[in-house]
Amino acid sequence: MTTAAITPQSGVSKFLHFVWSNIKKIPPVYPVFLVLFIVVSFLSPTYSSMNGIMAFLRRTAPLAILAIGQMIVLSSGGFDLSIGSLVTMVCLGSSLLLNNDPANAYPAIGIMMLIGISIGMVNGLVVSYLKVPSFIVTLGMMLLVKGLVLYWVGGAPKGYFTDNWRMWGRGYIENVPVFGRFPIGLIVLIVVGLLIWYLYHRTNFGKQVLAIGDNVRAARLSGVRVNLIRVAAFVTCSILAVIGGVMTGGYGGVNVTIGEGMEMQAIAACVVGGVLLGGGKGNVLNVIFGAYTLEILISMLTLLGLPKPYKDVVQGLIIIGAVAYVAYMARKKR
Amino acid sequence: MTTTTITKKSFREVYRSLHIPPVYYFLIVVFLTSGILDQLYSDGQILSNPLIGMNILVRSVALGIVAIGQTLVIIGGSIDLSVAYLISITSVMSSYVMQGKPENVFKAIVVVFAIGAVVGLVNGLIVTKLRVNPFIATLGTSLILKGIINGTFSNYTGSVPRSFEFFGYERVGSIPVSVIILFLIVIGGWFVLSKTKFGAHLYGVGGNDEVARLSGLRTDRVVIGAHIICSLTAVLTGLFIVSRLRAGAPWVGPDGVYDLESIATVVIGGTLLSGGKGGVWGTLAGVIIFGILDTAFNQLGVNPYLTIVIRGAIVILAVASYTYRSKLQVA
Amino acid sequence: MIEEQIEGLREENTEEVPLLEVRNITKRFPGVQALFDVSLKFMPGVVHAVVGENGAGKSTLMKIMAGAYVPDSGDILLEGKKVSFSHPKQAHEQGVSIIYQEFNLLPDRTVAQNIFLGREPSKFGVIDANALHKMALVVLKEVGMEDIIKPTAMCHTLSVAEQQIVEIAKAISFNSKVLIMDEPTAALSSTEVQILDDLIVKLKARGMAIIFISHRLNEVFDIADVITVLKDGVLVGTVDKKAATTHKIVHMMVGRELDHYFPPLGNADDFGPVVLSVKGGNNPFLTDINLELRRGEVVGVAGLQGSGRTELAEALFGVTPFKSGSVTLMGKPELVRAPSQAIKKQMGFVTEDRKSEGIWPRQPIRDNMLMTVRAIQFMFGVIMKDGIRKSRSLVPSLGKQVDVRTDSYDREVQFLSGGNQQKVVLSKWLASDAKIFIFDEPTRGIDVEAKASIHDMIRDLTKKGIAVLMISSELPEIIGMSDRILVMRDGRIVGELPAKSSENDIMLMATGHIPGDGSDHQVPAGVN
Repeated sequence: MTTAAITPQSGVSKFLHFVWSNIKKIPPVYPVFLVLFIVVSFLSPTYSSMNGIMAFLRRTAPLAILAIGQMIVLSSGGFDLSIGSLVTMVCLGSSLLLNNDPANAYPAIGIMMLIGISIGMVNGLVVSYLKVPSFIVTLGMMLLVKGLVLYWVGGAPKGYFTDNWRMWGRGYIENVPVFGRFPIGLIVLIVVGLLIWYLYHRTNFGKQVLAIGDNVRAARLSGVRVNLIRVAAFVTCSILAVIGGVMTGGYGGVNVTIGEGMEMQAIAACVVGGVLLGGGKGNVLNVIFGAYTLEILISMLTLLGLPKPYKDVVQGLIIIGAVAYVAYMARKKR
Repeated sequence: MTTTTITKKSFREVYRSLHIPPVYYFLIVVFLTSGILDQLYSDGQILSNPLIGMNILVRSVALGIVAIGQTLVIIGGSIDLSVAYLISITSVMSSYVMQGKPENVFKAIVVVFAIGAVVGLVNGLIVTKLRVNPFIATLGTSLILKGIINGTFSNYTGSVPRSFEFFGYERVGSIPVSVIILFLIVIGGWFVLSKTKFGAHLYGVGGNDEVARLSGLRTDRVVIGAHIICSLTAVLTGLFIVSRLRAGAPWVGPDGVYDLESIATVVIGGTLLSGGKGGVWGTLAGVIIFGILDTAFNQLGVNPYLTIVIRGAIVILAVASYTYRSKLQVA
Repeated sequence: MIEEQIEGLREENTEEVPLLEVRNITKRFPGVQALFDVSLKFMPGVVHAVVGENGAGKSTLMKIMAGAYVPDSGDILLEGKKVSFSHPKQAHEQGVSIIYQEFNLLPDRTVAQNIFLGREPSKFGVIDANALHKMALVVLKEVGMEDIIKPTAMCHTLSVAEQQIVEIAKAISFNSKVLIMDEPTAALSSTEVQILDDLIVKLKARGMAIIFISHRLNEVFDIADVITVLKDGVLVGTVDKKAATTHKIVHMMVGRELDHYFPPLGNADDFGPVVLSVKGGNNPFLTDINLELRRGEVVGVAGLQGSGRTELAEALFGVTPFKSGSVTLMGKPELVRAPSQAIKKQMGFVTEDRKSEGIWPRQPIRDNMLMTVRAIQFMFGVIMKDGIRKSRSLVPSLGKQVDVRTDSYDREVQFLSGGNQQKVVLSKWLASDAKIFIFDEPTRGIDVEAKASIHDMIRDLTKKGIAVLMISSELPEIIGMSDRILVMRDGRIVGELPAKSSENDIMLMATGHIPGDGSDHQVPAGVN
């Protein structure tokens, strides 16, 4: 048979071709993260120790959660710029509600959830029924919420967070095999990640969110209840922002500017994680790693001497660069 | 009999030809409402005070100047969210270069206008050549500006010499210099939009990009030009603010919410977010409305944070009142 | 050849130099040959109409002459000299102007500003408003409208006819020698048509060459001096108005051999009960719609562009519902007010433009197929990768049923060919178990093999008892597939023809003439 005459050489090249075509399919965020991580661990020994790695994961978990929420809204073709102020509200508001009494912790979180859900609903309803671009609605909401919170707490945070409130962002589970101290925040991220992965990739809701973002007219003509889905997307994003807010406050303590700018960070993380800013594509795991990649890039630049505020410059460049790249690729295809 | 008909007709004709933007009726409503509140709460003391009127105008200057620039950009079909941080950079850089010495004033002005022109050019290029959505493009540049300014300055920097404070404080007769400059800018904007080729082309590009292109207009240049003008007005606003504060600080831009509010005043004034229609007089009315609200809040002692809440709500409602009517398909 | 059979074919006047001439123009678009070796001469002072069915190539030809498209091969000559346009503005400047059906005017600018956009008289960048006004007046005077249309009027305040005249004025301001108009009378009332006619006569007298596309044959006969017929991208012939009759023109427009195989038509005995019926349906686009659809039959809907066929589909499906009249679905009265309602009542709609209304380009095939099924279910219900609880491998079975050619159902739909995309759209409605299918141009832009495949599938649907309403601009498709043919014109159903009617008869009815009636007597749309 002729096949027997084919040398093993072509078998090897076939195998390599197979490997290469699969490697090409790996979303770029993973190799980038890996490379950056290796670089950073050379720059600073902390990052190569298990404790250091766990600390990094703990610190970045809130952003990852916010990014997941943003991903849902982005996939539906919109933007949510109000989540940063939501985090501010959760932190400052909780500091007031807690009043240093641990018994208040869970009711406080509950109240914050309710507020977050209402804000998400308003965002979604105004976009759907008043037809205001989501950019403007959520930008205005960002302002509104910030003002409300500052008014409520009188311009300065009061009281301290109780330990049982802070543990979500700050705490560790000790003496875990292999990992040593395992951050509670990471557990929250894993749980949330799994839940949202399920919601987004495995339910009718998730598929319809993508439908709205990819082709809203086709969605309407195919029976998708566009307005309902959109509102639900914004509400989900707000809920995740509240969770992220509790974790941010727990980790960082409270000051007036906490949470500021996190909405842009979340968008940048999504962009790095391969989410299309026009809608229609997203992946939970990629976005989580997008958040981690963003953070590790910033950490690396900080270690190399970049002053902290310049991380905004990096984020701005990433966002513009990614959108320009996608626009360019779309034009090339034509 | 014939004489009365003739006069009536000509009055209506004149009235119609003025094309008074509907926002002026709203302005009258706001004015009357403040008058009523004034009567109720302070026996009409506030509004009858001529200083208050001037106060309103002065509070309107900062927002007003940059809003004119924003008007041009929006008419051209784009938008500029980076003005707030450009204002901050202007205030800090000018103050830093001046260092309180009058001989540095000219140099400082040149420097900040140059920065403004570059920022405007970059915004325009990203929107037209890289084809990035203007919201995202200018939000991105605003982040970059934010990073640069916060990374370089953290507090009040430098100082403004007395000689420059004329911008913020001097008067010609009883009218503040700043108000005169505001009106000059408004008239300048009106002139550019209605009397120049550039203005005509701006309306064309914003109204229907395809038609503009078919008519041979250089659409990219027009949009870039609008962005540069907008950035320059932001710089002028920054100079005004710094001459009043006597020193620049990184937070003046975002604190004043100049990005969102300039957009809100433009939209309230009747300019469509989609472009191609509108003008500076409407924006001016919108600016004065915000000025009245601002002064009213101040005089009534409303908590400054609550004013932020109300302003945020007004921005959303202002845009909603127009988009709701045009019923676009939105994300 | 047909040309030889047609009497009175226009003799070429080889002495006069044509104002505009096209030679051997050929143009292909992906998947379709729009024009093939078309040569025409347009003389000064002559009104020249170009007619043909939808898709005959008229629009493409106009766009090439106006500089909007570049031909694949062939030449354009202006007054005997070869020219080539890479941008419409070049065509403008050389004297060729085109007025499209959707006007290219800025509604919020004045007449003068619109006419001279990009050419404003100015000094140092400042517009000379007086000069602009005067120039506009001059042009408006040329079209005889200086009293009715003011240069300072805002374009959105003008009527459709007035806006069209502004467009014409704009063309004249370029000193155009050639004026091309696409369906100029489509949106005009009869009095406005008269005004346009008078204007065209005036322009003729100036020595301009006027070229226009129209479907309204009676108007063509009123205004045109010369009529050219295109069919399937090929020039059929050019006739003098005096020598032409409607029947002759229609005969030239249609009449092709059915070289395409179609599945056998249904049997009247197999048609089931009426599943959809409309009586007196009205909405802003449709007037007095009466129709019935039975189980197992294919009802074709024919008509010219703009006759309201898509509007009919959208009314039935609830996109722009009927405002009055009665609709019965499956025997029960049911006025469909939204697509989701139509879907619940087991209707499916395969739209005209799948790219903007039918597919989700970045989603995989399997998700495209299952979207409607999932939209009806509980929002937080778990999805199954390839199907629903009742049938877990729905996707592969659908794929086989509609014959989608792909290596994997994970592939994003944007990478499929047009034919395969359409099959995916079809499968979406099969998945949702629709019993009434509305097709709007089911095989537009699809290769021959896929076309045949889809035709077979449509007939298979009827064998399962599904009722099909099929809108198409391709007469062979209408004749090959329909058990009954409804013909629409001006938002009404003007008649019904039996199966296997001739293209001739359908076209006559669609243009407002009664088939079999030898005269040119035109029937107004309101009379049946």
